[in-house]
Amino acid sequence: MNKKNSVTIRKQDLKPIAEGAAFLGTGGGGDPYIGRLVAEALFDRYGEPEMIEASELDDDANVYVSAMMGAPTVLVEKIIGGPELDLSISALEKYTGKKADAILPVEMGGCNSMLPLAVAAMRGLPVINADGMGRAFPELQMVTFNVHGINASPMSMANEHGESVIINARDSKETENKARQLIINMGGSAAISCYPMNGAQVKQTAITGTLSLAMGIGQSLAQGRKENVAVKHLVEFLRSSEYYQHARVLFSGKIVNLKSSIEGGFTKGECFIQGLGGQASQQMSVEFQNENLVARLNGQLVAMVPDLICLVDSDTGTPITTESLKYGQRLSVIAASVPPIMRSDKALSVFGPRAFGYDFDFTAVEKL
Amino acid sequence: MRLGIDVGGTNTDAVLVKGEQILASTKQSTSDDIASGIVAAIEQVIAQANIGCSDITAVMIGTTQFTNAFVERKCLDKVAALRLCLPASQSLPPFADWPKDLLEAIDAHYYLSAGGYEYDGREISAIDTKDLDRIAKDICAKGVTSVAISSVFAPVRDAMELQAAEILRKFNPQLDITLSKDIGRLGLLERENAAIMNASLASHAKKVVASFEAALQTMGINAPFYLTQNDGTLMQAQEVAKFPVLTFSSGPTNSMRGAAWLSGVDAGLVVDIGGTTSDVGALLNGYPRESSVSVDIGGVRTNFRMPDVLAIGVGGGSLVDADGTVGPKSVGSKLQQEARVFGGEQLTASDVAVDAGRANFGDASLLADVGNAQLKAALVSIERQIEDGIDRMKTQAGDQPVILVGGGSVLLGERLNGAGNIIRPPHFAVANAVGAAIAQIGGEVDQVYAYAEIPREQAIEEASERAKQTAIDAGACADSVEIIDIEEVPLAYLPNGAVRLRVKAVGDLIEVQD
Repeated sequence: MNKKNSVTIRKQDLKPIAEGAAFLGTGGGGDPYIGRLVAEALFDRYGEPEMIEASELDDDANVYVSAMMGAPTVLVEKIIGGPELDLSISALEKYTGKKADAILPVEMGGCNSMLPLAVAAMRGLPVINADGMGRAFPELQMVTFNVHGINASPMSMANEHGESVIINARDSKETENKARQLIINMGGSAAISCYPMNGAQVKQTAITGTLSLAMGIGQSLAQGRKENVAVKHLVEFLRSSEYYQHARVLFSGKIVNLKSSIEGGFTKGECFIQGLGGQASQQMSVEFQNENLVARLNGQLVAMVPDLICLVDSDTGTPITTESLKYGQRLSVIAASVPPIMRSDKALSVFGPRAFGYDFDFTAVEKL
Repeated sequence: MRLGIDVGGTNTDAVLVKGEQILASTKQSTSDDIASGIVAAIEQVIAQANIGCSDITAVMIGTTQFTNAFVERKCLDKVAALRLCLPASQSLPPFADWPKDLLEAIDAHYYLSAGGYEYDGREISAIDTKDLDRIAKDICAKGVTSVAISSVFAPVRDAMELQAAEILRKFNPQLDITLSKDIGRLGLLERENAAIMNASLASHAKKVVASFEAALQTMGINAPFYLTQNDGTLMQAQEVAKFPVLTFSSGPTNSMRGAAWLSGVDAGLVVDIGGTTSDVGALLNGYPRESSVSVDIGGVRTNFRMPDVLAIGVGGGSLVDADGTVGPKSVGSKLQQEARVFGGEQLTASDVAVDAGRANFGDASLLADVGNAQLKAALVSIERQIEDGIDRMKTQAGDQPVILVGGGSVLLGERLNGAGNIIRPPHFAVANAVGAAIAQIGGEVDQVYAYAEIPREQAIEEASERAKQTAIDAGACADSVEIIDIEEVPLAYLPNGAVRLRVKAVGDLIEVQD
């Protein structure tokens, strides 16, 4: 494989990547703190991994997706990151008979932005600067790989006991359904590998540049904080990026009401943000199912999934997860366009508004 | 009759409380040996109330001694950390992400061994007694006297932590052992951190508790004595010697509890205005709302019970700049020397309050050359910042009662935006000691339930009963125990309705039902 353009992911890069992924996670994916510490510890033990661009992959290279699946609350108690990470890859290698050449993240959100880096370090393999969402989603089938007809199966799940399971389901949604049931039996969380692909498929289906993008978001927040202009700085950075150029602050204010409940394993709810000062008569509502899905200003739709709707602290720009929303918080709501590959008709049928139960079609944030 | 004492970094306050009445109160300087400052404070209140020491039925002490020791890395023991988890959770060993100077201070030996539970109480693996024997010998050989034991999902099941402690004690019965299940909540790393912190304070805690005991003995007080925890409930003195970490941050809690009791308001906001900062917190059922996020103490991440308090950089000593902005810089404890009304050079928030006729100290004529516009702007700046803090800490929309305590509360007038009514209770300067004197006994349960297996109502009832029983076991009067908080946190991304349920009960202390 051509590695001449590879970049080393250093230990100090993990903090900005984690914060950038928390932003792209749009409220979901949980706190990446533990994932970051795990990656740091594994970098110390195995060395820092190389990051390569998808375009540098040989067409017949074997690419393995790495992630954890399960409840963030379990993850903070039974910390993942031992032999199970390695096993999730080797179990799938054994099944397919193909040795992994590179590791691919499935999403940029919470822990799953960190664990592929840890696996790459453990395996001494390069990690690809790309993923299947450019953000976070709650279910396995909600990725561009699936949109382009690649099956999540065969998929491996592994736990700390050295146990592994291979799922071979008829499509990605069915893979998700079966894995979700198995997770409970495996202790509430598992290391997984799915969507085994070759280099040509990755080039065709992945969203590229997202790992360095997450790092850029984290770095721009850190830089902006020094001058107390974190939110402004972040939006400027997004606008300068290839995919997220239609980025803007939709609204700023404080949370005046919060409704949240649990349905089918997801935190569903809505938060209401009242304007401050001259905007005191305006109100924004953001609906979420783990991730933020729809934003309305005075009842009018202004942004919707799969475009990014991110809630950040108005002062520090720190991304706020759905679990940590509370009354009185001062927030800015930032919306950003997603790459065209996420907005195709096929993509929207998998993770557009209707896939989340809304009865309207997708309209791009720059047109609202 | 209860004696409440607050031992702060600067002052030691004491109050005598009988039923609903405050008989006496005092503010003394904290002494280096702690004990003599306490003795001086007790002598004062006893003389004021003209009572005998035998009239005192219980003593409650709130203190920042342990927080300060940990933050300043003083008087800390070396700690061995043992985690029961293998083969899980090995990528992040104990002491992960700790500051270097702390690691040096407490010497960071750690051991991983088999054990721990899944979220539903199944064993990850069986405990390995042979391995624990080996570890126990190693701990003894290293001369370590304090050990922190953690196990995965200990809040769900604690049997393995107990069993491991028993094995270690066989080799050295004198070991100070902290079990994570006694200290924190779900979140292995944070709970384990808190357990290690606690273990590092083991000898210091014994000394401090002994010095409290000595002070009380000097005074001939034989009543049982308690320390207040960060959630506003009490622990018996001998328990504090085991769990000093549970007193962390009890200061703001006592002040808010005291404010609630003194004002008779149990839902609203408390603003405690000091010399440099103001603490704003919300009261729910007479207790401070707890923080839901992880808290860093001395550079270590923990998740134990802490009041959710917002500190604002406005206090009596805050400096006023040319355009009238107040704080966050402050003259601190030098108000009497540096403020304009006392003949000093600095324009402070207190000067502004004197000019506005809200406070009556020093010499107002010394403000004659200060511009009216600056003073007016400063008054607005103070109010805006406090109003903003109140707004941030509110738990619901609409005006709420606001209780003002602390010496700096003279900065504020009779109206604040967002405040329904403003209450300035009597004895507001010793609200901390009052909060200690009225503290109750609590019990808590924090566990994961699968509602698909145990229906929600049944789970809540079961957890409530256990929380009540924990409070009663700790010394609460059974009739007075009530549930004050139920919190359900669903475990996202799991389909079987697993919910983390946290229930808290409190009741009056048996001895003080006077």
